[in-house]
Amino acid sequence: MKSPLIKQIWQQIKEPLDGWMMLFLGLIFAVSMVLLYSANNQSFDKIDNKLAYTVLALAVMWVIARMRPQSVMNFAPPIYVLGVLLLVAVHFKGITVNGSTRWLSLGVTRIQPSEILKIALPMMLAWFFQKYELSLRWWHYLVAAALVLVPVGLVLKQPDLGTALLITAAGFFVLFFAGLPWKVIFAGAALFAASLPVVWNHLHDYQRKRVLTLIDPTTDPLGTGYHIIQSMIAIGSGGPWGKGWLNGTQTHLDYIPERTTDFIFAVYSEEFGLAGNVVLLVLYLLILSRALMITASAQTLYGRLMAASITMSFFVYAFVNMGMVSGILPVVGVPLPFMSYGGTASVTLFIGMGMLMGISNLRRL
Amino acid sequence: MRRPSRLKNPQTEEEQFELRLVIAYALIILMFLTLLARFVWLQVLQHDHFSTLAQNNRISLVPILPNRGLILDRNGVVLAQNYSAYTLELTPSKIADLPATIAKLKKLADVSPRDEKLFKKLLAESKNFEAIPLKVKLTDEEAARVAANAWQFPGVEVKARLFRDYPYKEMTSHVLGYIGRINQKDQERLADEDKTTNYKGTNYIGKTGLEEVYEDDLHGQVGFEEMETDSGGRAVRSLRRTPPVNGNTLKLALDIRLQEMADKLFGDRRGALVAIDPSTGGVLAFLSKPGFDPSLFIDGIDSQTWASLNTDWQKPLVNRALRGTYPPGSTFKPFMSMAALMTHSIGLHDMRGAPGYFTLPGSSHQFRDSKKSGNGVINLQRAITVSSDTFFYKLAWDMGIDKIHPVVGSFGLGSKTGIDLDGEATGVLPSKEWKEKRFARYKPEVRRWYPADVVSVGIGQGFNAYTPLQMANATAIMANNGQVFKPHLVQQVVDSKTGQTRLIEPKPLRQLPYPQEYFDYIKEGMHGVMISGTGRRVGIGLQYSMAGKTGTAQVVAIKQGAKYNAASLAEQYRDHSWFIAFAPVEQPKIAVAIIVENAGFGAAAAAPVARGLFDYYLLGKVPNDLAGLLKTVPMENGEAREESAD
Repeated sequence: MKSPLIKQIWQQIKEPLDGWMMLFLGLIFAVSMVLLYSANNQSFDKIDNKLAYTVLALAVMWVIARMRPQSVMNFAPPIYVLGVLLLVAVHFKGITVNGSTRWLSLGVTRIQPSEILKIALPMMLAWFFQKYELSLRWWHYLVAAALVLVPVGLVLKQPDLGTALLITAAGFFVLFFAGLPWKVIFAGAALFAASLPVVWNHLHDYQRKRVLTLIDPTTDPLGTGYHIIQSMIAIGSGGPWGKGWLNGTQTHLDYIPERTTDFIFAVYSEEFGLAGNVVLLVLYLLILSRALMITASAQTLYGRLMAASITMSFFVYAFVNMGMVSGILPVVGVPLPFMSYGGTASVTLFIGMGMLMGISNLRRL
Repeated sequence: MRRPSRLKNPQTEEEQFELRLVIAYALIILMFLTLLARFVWLQVLQHDHFSTLAQNNRISLVPILPNRGLILDRNGVVLAQNYSAYTLELTPSKIADLPATIAKLKKLADVSPRDEKLFKKLLAESKNFEAIPLKVKLTDEEAARVAANAWQFPGVEVKARLFRDYPYKEMTSHVLGYIGRINQKDQERLADEDKTTNYKGTNYIGKTGLEEVYEDDLHGQVGFEEMETDSGGRAVRSLRRTPPVNGNTLKLALDIRLQEMADKLFGDRRGALVAIDPSTGGVLAFLSKPGFDPSLFIDGIDSQTWASLNTDWQKPLVNRALRGTYPPGSTFKPFMSMAALMTHSIGLHDMRGAPGYFTLPGSSHQFRDSKKSGNGVINLQRAITVSSDTFFYKLAWDMGIDKIHPVVGSFGLGSKTGIDLDGEATGVLPSKEWKEKRFARYKPEVRRWYPADVVSVGIGQGFNAYTPLQMANATAIMANNGQVFKPHLVQQVVDSKTGQTRLIEPKPLRQLPYPQEYFDYIKEGMHGVMISGTGRRVGIGLQYSMAGKTGTAQVVAIKQGAKYNAASLAEQYRDHSWFIAFAPVEQPKIAVAIIVENAGFGAAAAAPVARGLFDYYLLGKVPNDLAGLLKTVPMENGEAREESAD
C-alpha cells in the first residue's frame, strides 16, 4: 500500500515516539478540540490557532524525543541561567498586564520567562544531582534549595502565585526523588504550617479577605467568589450524563469566565457530566501511569529525576486545575493540561513529553 | 562535619527511589479519588440544587447601596448629609432608538440642554448596560408622569437615589471637598486596591477634601440581594439578602459656628483663616475665601461652569489655607526670636539700637524701618512688640541662615503639617541647600547663598513662603510652649454598625526642647503687641489676654527710595495682610493664622478678624457692627511695608 520511501519516512517519524503515550495524547487532543468548538461559541478561529501551535509543539517534542537525554542534560545550566536572567529582565523591562509584570516583548510576540523555568528548574536540579551523585553531601541540598528559591522568589515578585507554586512543585519533586530525607520534609512542612499565623498577621485586610474568599467563595458572591460559584453551578447542573455537547446553558449564557482557558473544565463538565469527567480522569491516569513506567525504568539518575518531576508536575497541573474549578482549591491561574487554550503552556507540556520519550528511548536502546 | 550521604550506595538508592515512586503513585490515585468524590457530590448528590440554580441563572445579584456617612461638626451640626430624590435613568443597551426615546421623554419631564449634554458625556464614559441618569431630582409630578408611561419605554426607569447635600456650601467647600461620579481613573484605582466589589452599583466617590481622604470610612459596605429573575430578566422574588453597612460618621474638630463667624468677618475679601485648638491640634476653623458651591460638581460639571470657575481671577477653586504659600512678613519674627535666643545670638536682657534704617557693611543700600525715626534702644521682646525691622535685619545678619533654619523649621514652617487633607503645600524655609537646589539650572552666581540673602529672610520676606495652615500650626506650637500636635480636622469616627467611636487621638508628636523662659519671653512680646505694639488699636477693651503678631507680605518689590502707595497700585499688587494670634495667653484655647489678600497692613485687615473671632469663641460675643469694628483701625497704625533686599 505504501511505497518504501513513505514507509521509511514514517519509520523515521514514529521511531522516537512512545506509542502508548501518543495514543493517549491523541485521544485527549480530540476531546479538547471538540470542547473548544463549544467553549468558543462554535467559532473556528481559536481552533485554527490551537491546531497551529499544537503542530509546532509536536515538532518540538519530536526533536527533543530524538535527542539523547545526556546531551539534553548538558543544556541544563545554560537554560537555567538564561531563564533566571530573563526573569530579572522582566523586572526591568517587563510588560505589565492587570498589575502583574510577567512578559517580555520580543517584537512580534511576547514570552513569559517563568514558563521556561517550569522545565529549566527540574533540569538544573537533576543535572546537579547527577553531577554530584557519588559525592553528595548534606550541603548539596542547601545549594539545591537555593537553585529553587532564586527563580521562585523572582516569579513571586511579578506577582504570579500560581506559576511560583508550580515551579516550586517541579523543583520539590526532584529533591524528593533525589532522596531528600523524610525528616527534612516533615520538618519543612511543620515549619511552613507554623509560619502561617505569622504570615496571616502581616497581611493587609484586603489580602486576608481575598484568602477568606478563596476558602469560602459565597462570602464575596459579587467579586472573586463569582467565578467559582458560577463554575460550580455549571459542574453541578451537568449531572451524571451532562447536558450534551453545545448545550451547556451556563457556558453559552456567558456565566463562565475564561471558559476557553483556565475554566475550560467547567464547560466540559457541564456538557459531558460525571461520565465525561470519569473518562477524562482515566485518560489522565493512563498518561500518568505510562509516564511513571518510563520513570521507573530510566537508566540514569538524571533520567529518573527528570522523568519523575515531569510526571508529577503534570499531575499537579491537572489536579490543581480541576480542584480549583470544582471549588475545593483556591483559584490560582493553572491551565488544564492539553485542554486549556494557550500556546506557551502547551509547548512547555510537549517539551516535557519529549524529554520523557527521550528517556524512554534510552532504555530501549 | 563530613557525613557520607545515604545516596552513595546504588542499591539503597534504587530501592529508595522505587519506594518513593510507589508513594507518588498512591498519592496520585488518592487525589484523583478526591476529585471524583467532589464530582459525585456536585453532579449526583447536589445535582438538583445546582440545576435549579442554573435554571434560574437567572438568579441575579442586585447590589444594595450603603448610605454614605454623615459629616458633623464638633457640636453635632450636620455639614454633609444625604437626601432621597427621583432620577430618570436610561439603560442604552435596552433602548433601540436612543434619540427618539429622549425626544419622547422630554415631553414628560423637563430635560434641559445642560442635562442632555451631561447625559452624552456620561454615555461616552459608561458601559452600555449601565443605567445613566438623563435628569436628576425629578419633581413628584414628573416622576409620576414618567412612571405612568413607563410601559412604553423599555430601558427607562425612575429610581429613588440618594444625593449628597452640603448645607454650608461655599463655607465648607475647601474642608469637605465633594463627591463626584466614578470615572475611568477612579475605576482603575479601585481595581488596583481590590475594592471594585464594594463599589458595585455605586455611582459616587469622594473626589477632594475630607470626602476623598476618608472615603473608606464614609462609603460603607455594599450589600446584595439574590433575586430570582424570569427569562426577561425581571425580578420575581428575593431569595436572600445581605444588608449593606452604612458609612461611618465623621465628627470634626471644626466648630461650624466659628467657621461661620470667620466667614462673616472676612466678608467678600479673599484670603484664608486657620484656627487650631493648641491643646489638641484640632482644627476649629478652616476657611479659604472665596469658596465654591460643591453641588456643582456632584453630578458632573458642565464645561461652561467649569471654565468660569477655573478662569475666575479670584481663584475660588484654590484652597488657600492648604496650598497658598505667602511670605509671612513680620509674623515670622516670634519664630526668628526663638532661633536668636537658642543660638545665643542675643540674650534676654541685651539692648540694641533700632534706628530708622540698616545698611550692610560696605554697602550703601538702606534697608529701611517702618518707623522712620526708629525705635531707639530696645531689647528683643520690645522688638517683637513694635515689630522693629532694623532690629531683626541686624539680628539676621549676625546669625546667618544656618542658625535660623533648624529652630524655625522645628515649628513646622517649610514642611507639611500632615493634616488630614490631600495636596498640602510644603512652603519654603530657605537654606543654602534649598537655594542650590531651587536654582540648580542657573549659573553658580545665582545658586549661591549670599550673606545678604538672610537680611530680608529675617523679617519674613525674601525666599520665605508658608501656608496659612503652617502659620496657624506654628502659632499653636508657640502658644503651647513647644508641644507639637498633628493638626487634624476629624476628631472621631463613629462606626455605623456598632456605634463605637474611634478617636483620632490628639497625638503629641514631640516637645520642642526650648527653655520655658524663652517661650514666656516671646509670648510676652506678642502679648505686648496687643497692648502697646502694632496691634494695640485692635486690643482696646480686651476682656481676656491675647497675644498676636501682625505681618505684611509684599506682592511686588518697590524700588530703592520709592514710597509704597497702596492707592496707586492695582488691587492684585497690594500687600497681603497677615495676623497670627492666640488667647488666653495663660491657657491658650485658640490659635489662629489669618491672611487677607491685598488688604495692606496686618493690623488693618487681618487683626480685626482675629479679634472678632476670639471675642466670639471665648466670650460668645457677636460683634454687632462688623463694619464698625474694621473702621476703628486706622491705616497709619502699625508697621509699614518692608523693602526687598535687592
